[in-house]
Amino acid sequence: MNGLLPGVPLVTLITFLPLAGALALLFVKPGSDRALRLLALAVSFATLALSLGLFLGFDGASGLPEFVERASWLGRGLDYHVGVDGLSLSLVLLAALLTPIALLSSWRSVDRRVKEFSAFMLLLETGMIGVFVSLNLFLFYVFWEAMLIPMYFLIGIWGGRRRAYATMKFVLFTMSGSLLMLVGIFAIQAANFRATGAYSLTIADLAAAPFAPGLQTWLFLAFGLAFAVKVPLFPLHTWLPDAHVEAPTAASVLLAAVLLKMGAYGFVRLGLPLFPQAAAAFAPALSVLAVIGVVYGGLMALVQKDMKSLVAYSSVSHMGLIMLAVFSLNFEATEGALFQMINHGLSTGALFLCVGILYERTGTRVIADHGGAAARMPIFAGLFLASMLSSAGLPGLNGFAGEILCFFGIFRTSRVMAVLGVSTVILSAVYLLGLYRRVMHGPLKAPGDRRLCDLDRRELAMLVPIVVLMVFLGLFPGTVLRKMDASVSRYLDSLRKQAPVALTSRAPARPPLWSARPAEPER
Amino acid sequence: MDRLFWLVPLVPGASALLLMLFGRRYSRRAAAWQACGAVLVSFVLAAAAFARLAGGQAALEKVLPVWISAGSFEASFSLAFDRLAAVMALVVTGVGSLVHVYSTSYMADDKAPTRYFAFLNLFTFFMLVLVLASDIVLMFVGWEGVGLCSYLLIGFWFDRPAAARAGLKAFVVNRVGDAAFLVGLLVLLTQVGSSSFAAINGAARDGRLSAGLATLAAILLFAGATGKSAQIPLHVWLPDAMEGPTPVSALIHAATMVTAGVYLVCRLNGLFAASPAASAVVAWVGAVTAAAAAALALVQNDIKRVLAYSTISQIGYMFIGCGVGATAAGLFHLTTHAFFKSLLFLAAGSVIHALGGEQDMRRMGGLRRRLPLTFPAFLVGALAISGVPFLSGFFSKDAILTSAFAGGHYVIYGLGLAAAVLTAFYMFRLVYLTFYGPARMEPEAGLHIHESPRAMTVPLIILAVLAAVSGLVGLRVLPGEPADLFGRFLEQVLPRTGRYPAPPTEIALILAATASALLGIGLAFLFYRRSPGLPARLAGRFPGAYRLLVNGYYVDAAYDAVVVRPLVKGAGWTYRNLDLRLIDGALNGSAAGADLAGRGLSAVQSGLVRDYALAFLLGTVIFLGVVLL
Repeated sequence: MNGLLPGVPLVTLITFLPLAGALALLFVKPGSDRALRLLALAVSFATLALSLGLFLGFDGASGLPEFVERASWLGRGLDYHVGVDGLSLSLVLLAALLTPIALLSSWRSVDRRVKEFSAFMLLLETGMIGVFVSLNLFLFYVFWEAMLIPMYFLIGIWGGRRRAYATMKFVLFTMSGSLLMLVGIFAIQAANFRATGAYSLTIADLAAAPFAPGLQTWLFLAFGLAFAVKVPLFPLHTWLPDAHVEAPTAASVLLAAVLLKMGAYGFVRLGLPLFPQAAAAFAPALSVLAVIGVVYGGLMALVQKDMKSLVAYSSVSHMGLIMLAVFSLNFEATEGALFQMINHGLSTGALFLCVGILYERTGTRVIADHGGAAARMPIFAGLFLASMLSSAGLPGLNGFAGEILCFFGIFRTSRVMAVLGVSTVILSAVYLLGLYRRVMHGPLKAPGDRRLCDLDRRELAMLVPIVVLMVFLGLFPGTVLRKMDASVSRYLDSLRKQAPVALTSRAPARPPLWSARPAEPER
Repeated sequence: MDRLFWLVPLVPGASALLLMLFGRRYSRRAAAWQACGAVLVSFVLAAAAFARLAGGQAALEKVLPVWISAGSFEASFSLAFDRLAAVMALVVTGVGSLVHVYSTSYMADDKAPTRYFAFLNLFTFFMLVLVLASDIVLMFVGWEGVGLCSYLLIGFWFDRPAAARAGLKAFVVNRVGDAAFLVGLLVLLTQVGSSSFAAINGAARDGRLSAGLATLAAILLFAGATGKSAQIPLHVWLPDAMEGPTPVSALIHAATMVTAGVYLVCRLNGLFAASPAASAVVAWVGAVTAAAAAALALVQNDIKRVLAYSTISQIGYMFIGCGVGATAAGLFHLTTHAFFKSLLFLAAGSVIHALGGEQDMRRMGGLRRRLPLTFPAFLVGALAISGVPFLSGFFSKDAILTSAFAGGHYVIYGLGLAAAVLTAFYMFRLVYLTFYGPARMEPEAGLHIHESPRAMTVPLIILAVLAAVSGLVGLRVLPGEPADLFGRFLEQVLPRTGRYPAPPTEIALILAATASALLGIGLAFLFYRRSPGLPARLAGRFPGAYRLLVNGYYVDAAYDAVVVRPLVKGAGWTYRNLDLRLIDGALNGSAAGADLAGRGLSAVQSGLVRDYALAFLLGTVIFLGVVLL
């Protein structure tokens, strides 16, 4: 399976290299901030290079996890079991891409406790990648929790004025979610033992033999809550704007670009496959919450006065669309949702970087304090606009390719939901370009301010790769989509097997869709 | 060379990309030359491909690899140069070349010429993608891309708040239409199972697409067209779009982009033909817009706003043609309109240029002799749009109105005829106010009046010739003949479904059209030349009607009061009460509890990182213990 580097445990290497880097940082002489930063950056680049190798080496024809590594660990089913499949592959790459970019963004803005900061960033990377590659439920949970700790510190120590409140809210929301998930894991362990007489927390095994419907409902609710908080699904979203506003740029970028995806990924990896009947039963209700989130997030973004909370609410809206697509339970929508997770990661990550760039220069994120910056920062203006257009789904950029697949899939399941979801096309144009007009256009505010200079090389190195990827994925979405095909088919097949009735969507003229494109060779 | 037709969009696209990437390294001249050259090359390639079609070939096609596909969704980069695309591509690259050349002089003193030419090239690229796409999803790339360029160019002078606002308004109003477009697209894609125009039109023709769904999809897509083509009720963005540089108004907001909606209806003529209801909607929206917008043009004082309302009105005519089954006539009017309206805009630009930026006609007058080239050019355009016999507008407008009459759409015909009187009237009001009478400009501006340089006047002359003679391709030698040259060329792509009237009726209709043009011009002469006090007296006599027109039927005010303000207010209220008070309040227990917890936490916050780490380690150990038990 591992044809690229035979014998090298690539996934383990990618997952734990950042952790090793974090440990190495502890031995760097304190005070040498530059060395600390460079070391952290080098480690994250190495991780990126390995992830790229993983992506290129991934075959994807079988739909099964590849690069699998398994070892018994703590016993009683608590195995070390990792690998990537079509559902997780691109998310690993996303996390590996954005970590070095986030580190670059903090090059100047973070100037105290650089050692701890860099170490927490790398720890966070290990946590994020670990969640995506875990094939064992318990391992998933460990990484899920491990990822919260560095994020907690990043906001709590390097955050803004109200960081204490934001951190508390973040912890309360996410912890209460994961606590229920933990209880759920105990219940699964117990139920599984009762049924089979053996301990196993291998996700694939659990998905193959689902639990009794009653238990499924409770388990789905327990897991679903943890994931819904993370997405965040309306009305569990209020921690997000606060966390974003207070978080340092680097943490905001990773929070929006990768951490929110964990919620959606959790549903696809665990929530739906492990509890298919319950998921199918709840799908309509969750779709309603998701579509409320689309409209509600968009409307709230309209009236924000802080740039960061505006972008945060735009995430609520966009993640709502992704969840709506996930709950539409057909091939196009699922693939669209997975692809859109990558796109949203890129565009929202870029938007937070842009806000951070403006903040570093002006010391304010209040929209009304800005104006006319495009005159002084033409290059930045172009990249900022491109990021907005990607987020607003302009055809030709990546956001459109994902959005149209989501719309198409949602429409096949429910026309009403699709029509409501399409409202994002109008809302996103209003709040994003409205922000752009107020901040970048109009007469220049503070014209004497010499700090309002265009991007330097470091900032270009942060934004240009993302914008290039937006264009590339907009024109060649197949690069990512073809890696997903077989796994998505397999995922929907297993859902259909478990809950055939609930998954019969109102499919028009064409044949049923969840297996519409089985493991097709790459074109 | 015709094999290379797919380079038609790519050449300006590549030029735009270079200008955007290396903007600062370009000199003023180099940027202008490259941009003009790229569009000219594109024009030559389009002409070569056109020659091939004129020789009898049906279409040139280029299928590039799949673009987006998943499951039963598939969209591809496929381009086709058929006869419909050929006409449009020639208009876009032809008028586009002239506007680019004109711009080299008009924008010579601007701060950011490279950015300007980059956007203009980018626009040409997206417009040509829109025109050549044979896949509706790919067309949507061009569709939204030209919207983006329109946004960028309306707001080109973005430090002016009005320009920035107008650009945003244009984009948002267009997006409202595009949302409807998207839903229509979803209906078609799920029902037809293919995104190619051929498949969609085919499915509509042979009934695989049910009549109800065809109507639904057609009306939704037409709603998108009303956004792009500034038809009622989404016309509100176009008058404001005049904040952009005048050559942009000529190319984007008169000749090409705003007619994309008409082009869409032409492209989907099979779909619209399958739905009489949708066709009726198209015709009625066109007719009402033609008349209502022409009336608004009567009271404008800004020379460009007159032309903007005129454009809205003229596009209404094109939709009448498409709606009554004379799609080729609609496209014919699109073509002649592209010539005479871009001529009018560029000539108006020449006037504005001569007056140092003045756009208010109340401060113009008597420019006839001071602008010896601009004036006759403008006059040709004014005569053409008014429908004076044997100029281009006469033929194309007549082709539409006779088809409407022959199809029994008498009210639509009546609206069109009334709009024709109004058109001639407002156009000659503009001519008299600008070029005749006493000079009313500021003394300072009056000193510098000069005819524009050759880069501006040569395009004017070329367009004036086209505006004068291009109607001849639509001439039917004898009334009652099956089709004109233009219609015959397009017969394969745009089959005519409407009828022609009997020859005696047709002669009567031609006379009526001629009379209405002359009536409008005569009235304008009476009002603005013979007794110039008359307009003010009339406005005083009917103040309500006058205010209604000056305020554009209060459409903007209504949108503001009914949609924009309630939405913003409601969102603000919801944010404060639902998000901050209810949800947060409930989840925090109470405001006091949250406060307390916040303070408590901030006390812990001052501690060392070590403490946190210890706490978490402890938690993890306990937790592991529980799991392993």
